[in-house]
Amino acid sequence: MMWAFLASDVMFFGAFIATYLVYRGKSLVGPYPSEILDIPLTSVSTFVLLVSSLAMVLGLHYVKEGQKNKATLWILAVVILGAIFMGFQFYEFREFAHEGLTPRTNIFGTTFFILTGIHGAHVTIGVFWMAFMAYSSHTGALRQDNALDLEIAGLYWHFVDIVWIVIFTVIYLISFSDGPPPGVGPTIVH
Amino acid sequence: MTTKSLKFPQAFPRPKSPNGIWSWVGTVDHKRIGTMYGIVSFMWFIVGGIEALMIRAQLASAENDLIGPDAYNQLFTMHGTTMVFLVIMPLSAAFFNWLIPLQIGARDVAFPRLNALSFWVFLFGSILINFSWVTGDAPNGGWFGYAPNSGTTFNPGLGMTYWVVGLNVLGVASIAAGLNFIVTILNMRAPGMDMFKIPIFTWMTLITSVLIVLAMPVLAVAGIQLMTDRVYGTHFFNSLGGGDPVMWQHIFWLFGHPEVYILILPAMGIVSEVLPTFARKPLFGYPFVVFAGAVIGFMGWFVWSHHMFTVGLGPAANTAFSISTMLIAVPTGVKIFNWLGTLWAGNIRLNTPMLFSISFIAMFTIGGLSGVMHASPPTDAQQQDTYFIVAHFHYVLVGGALLGIFSGIYFWWPKFTGYFLNEKLGIANWALMMIGFNLQFAPMHWLGMDGMPRRIYTYADNMGWETSNLAASVGGFILALGILIFIINVFYSKMNKVMAGDDPWDGRTLEWATSSPPPVHDFDEIPQVQYRDDFWFKKHPETISEYYHDEHDQAVPSGAQLDDEVEEALPVVSGGSDDHGHGGIHLPDMSYYPFILSFGIAILGAGFITNTYVVGASVPFILWGLLGWSMEPVNDPE
Repeated sequence: MMWAFLASDVMFFGAFIATYLVYRGKSLVGPYPSEILDIPLTSVSTFVLLVSSLAMVLGLHYVKEGQKNKATLWILAVVILGAIFMGFQFYEFREFAHEGLTPRTNIFGTTFFILTGIHGAHVTIGVFWMAFMAYSSHTGALRQDNALDLEIAGLYWHFVDIVWIVIFTVIYLISFSDGPPPGVGPTIVH
Repeated sequence: MTTKSLKFPQAFPRPKSPNGIWSWVGTVDHKRIGTMYGIVSFMWFIVGGIEALMIRAQLASAENDLIGPDAYNQLFTMHGTTMVFLVIMPLSAAFFNWLIPLQIGARDVAFPRLNALSFWVFLFGSILINFSWVTGDAPNGGWFGYAPNSGTTFNPGLGMTYWVVGLNVLGVASIAAGLNFIVTILNMRAPGMDMFKIPIFTWMTLITSVLIVLAMPVLAVAGIQLMTDRVYGTHFFNSLGGGDPVMWQHIFWLFGHPEVYILILPAMGIVSEVLPTFARKPLFGYPFVVFAGAVIGFMGWFVWSHHMFTVGLGPAANTAFSISTMLIAVPTGVKIFNWLGTLWAGNIRLNTPMLFSISFIAMFTIGGLSGVMHASPPTDAQQQDTYFIVAHFHYVLVGGALLGIFSGIYFWWPKFTGYFLNEKLGIANWALMMIGFNLQFAPMHWLGMDGMPRRIYTYADNMGWETSNLAASVGGFILALGILIFIINVFYSKMNKVMAGDDPWDGRTLEWATSSPPPVHDFDEIPQVQYRDDFWFKKHPETISEYYHDEHDQAVPSGAQLDDEVEEALPVVSGGSDDHGHGGIHLPDMSYYPFILSFGIAILGAGFITNTYVVGASVPFILWGLLGWSMEPVNDPE
């Protein structure tokens, strides 16, 4: 069931990422990616998200081992790391808006905000799901015999992570040098 | 082990009574959900049909001003949207719901509450999209909503926002249902029923479900992009902001072509069940039908640009999509020969379901052939956006999908209700539909060849199009009369019941093994399956040697082997005695959370159309539904 849903979600993100790639470098006005993307900052938030997958694996491991407290702790770590990632994204969105990039500014803004926003919505859902899981683990409702519940949630969480790796590559690593089209000057002077 | 679980405070007592309105709101029974799907989508069918009749009334004569251009745009948009998303898809879903658990020998679908959610989301989504009529500003951008015509620059009203949000809500329902049926078919088959022994309708449902699960998210992406363009001013399809309207066409048709197969494959499955039953021999070339269906499902992803030959994508793209489009006709042709081979030398009985199924083959072949014609880009350049295209897709969707569905209705009605639909009225229904249908859509071929464009609300009187259009309009009303006879038949048959018994047609598949209508738990004992068309061969053991003479080719294990396998593989569900072991048959209890969650989703959709406060208002319902659902035990402790 979760695998089939993830296949569905692959098509969902796939279409958004394809849209981004088709529209890459088609912005008519700035700010352009090279002027605004902050690779070091986003690398940190990417690292945080990837570490949360490790915490997820450990949480599942301890649920299966029946070690309630350790399991709760690691699942809580997933929640916190996910929330930190969300914080980074919120900060990034605010900074961009401050520097004049909104979804309405240009096609880069449109595709950037909607793609990362949709991913952020997935992370948010995941954070709430994991918070529910951590609470279940704390009260003892999540046990060895229904560890599958957490495993399914974990599949979702890992998937959202993997999608972020693709998005990070496509938006940040591939297009960070995309400047204005030839003959157009920079729009932000730092 | 101590079983501790979380409790969510219940606002209402969980529905328990098997009767009354709450038993329907809270139902998780696949048969009841199927019935509700059927009733609701048939009501939308009447709505969509009335829209079609208004269109035909307007076009009956040249320079007619019965309906103005604005209303006309709304009518053809909502006719297409209604028929595709609110009629044929959910009518197929009604059959999936009713038949899949019965055909694979299961007690319900894999996720009964998710199944209920699909229905309620579909219901609310369909109301949402049609609510635009009440506001007087129905969608008017065509059922494929081409940008930039669907953007706010050229379409400032709320109509297209209703359309795009409504489709996204319906997409949620479809994806949930698709996931459910994939898991059900893969995991819930009766012991002994391996994948090449499941009925062909179940196979087509599986392929359709995979297509739904993969195609609907693509529509969701197109929908979200258009919605943010319209509501938040993004530039996905706005060329002034760097976007590209052609992008909409690519994304929409990347969804839209698999969608075509989502519409037709269930009907193909129905026909593949009806023909063998009434020809009294097994389906000719079962593996070919299965693989042809799978190939169609796969290749359906590589043909979308044949909707866009006149966009100017260049000769390379046009050639590639032209070739793939012509190739996809091959597996479809294979199926047609399989059906003909099934009829060949059969002991044919011409009951109403059979009449519809044979008509399906004929009409679908005509529609398929005209489809191959515009697979060629130069031909298509002539036919694009003319009535030839309208004729083509009505031949495959009405002559194909709808006739298949009617065949299924007449075929399985005795199973659903316990009594027959009247045969004489059925034949009248069939005859009127066939006459009306052909009178309506055949002339559109030559109208299109003569250059009459679609989606114009009127035409000049010196074009020579009046006779054909009048014939088409008359045909439309005859077709509607046929549908009216069907409705009369439903009530007439209910009042003058001719009881059918459990197996009125000498059926072949497992749904005929249980009583008509089936008990709430479907089967008293889960059947054990040994053959393809197992029920038939158990009834007529003398015919086994006729079809299963080569055991290696057919890979049919002998009885002794089978029993061993079954006992190893599925000890828990292997018989009724075991059910008694843990206190009778367990069915999931009713639940009202799917209803609440889907209500929340509908409010959320309405929020995107109206304002952010309404979005906020949806949050409590969604949280209530989700949390209540996840903490609700499948069965209350007794």
